[in-house]
Amino acid sequence: MDLVFYISAAVAVFSTLMVITRFSAVHALLYLVVSFFSVALIFLVLGAPFVAALEIIVYAGAIMVLFVFVIMMLNLGPRAQEQERAWLKPNVWLGPSILCIILVSELIYVVVGAGPANLTGSEVTPKQVGMALFGPYFLGVELASLLLLAGLVGAYHIGRRVRHSVRRTEDES
Amino acid sequence: MIESVPMEHGLALAGVLFGLGLVGVLVRRNILFMLMSVEIMLNAAGLAFVVAGSRWGQTDGQIMFIFILTMAAAEVAVGLALAMQFYHHFMTLDADAARTMRG
Repeated sequence: MDLVFYISAAVAVFSTLMVITRFSAVHALLYLVVSFFSVALIFLVLGAPFVAALEIIVYAGAIMVLFVFVIMMLNLGPRAQEQERAWLKPNVWLGPSILCIILVSELIYVVVGAGPANLTGSEVTPKQVGMALFGPYFLGVELASLLLLAGLVGAYHIGRRVRHSVRRTEDES
Repeated sequence: MIESVPMEHGLALAGVLFGLGLVGVLVRRNILFMLMSVEIMLNAAGLAFVVAGSRWGQTDGQIMFIFILTMAAAEVAVGLALAMQFYHHFMTLDADAARTMRG
């Protein structure tokens, strides 16, 4: 089962790399779904089946569907891909990539230097998670529900098509 | 279940994924890609929590992942609504189009 961890880790890193280098938004989205699937597999191997299911249902399902809907409504064509290609020149990504590689290598150095500690691999069942969620973390659940309500109201308010601003842009152009 | 994967490897994977998301936010100019990169970073943070929870066999890591998931869902709903408004207003998804205030 150790091999499953390393293979899905490699798939996750590769597909995430593809996400940030694609020119087409839909291609990037599909690679992102693959990345979420491989991370879900890692969760399953780590003994967290409940979180693995949530990863697929909420991340790869609900959130990605939101992205797909928005891409459909924005109606991006080949022109947008050409624009992405023009934006993603090596002199744009070289500097930030080098800085991030330095940061990640420092992070890995610090983590590895902490000494060996094997993962237990003991499964944490959904029942245990539910007991803790509605026991000591009850306040957190209530706050999460408030956050979701605020997100719902905020998205509805912002997402309304405001007529006058659209007309103003058309007048200017 | 796994037998002998060191915890560092799980944390290193989370770090690499987070770094890739950070590169995405820094490099891309399209708002949609920046939102996707933020999702990658949040997911990597959640992975670190689950790995740490698995190290000690505790539920707390998974519960933190559920909270991160909730936050990511709310964030992406508001963010995509903002992106749609942005597109209707500027007719582009270039984040640099909004570099002046009261644009």
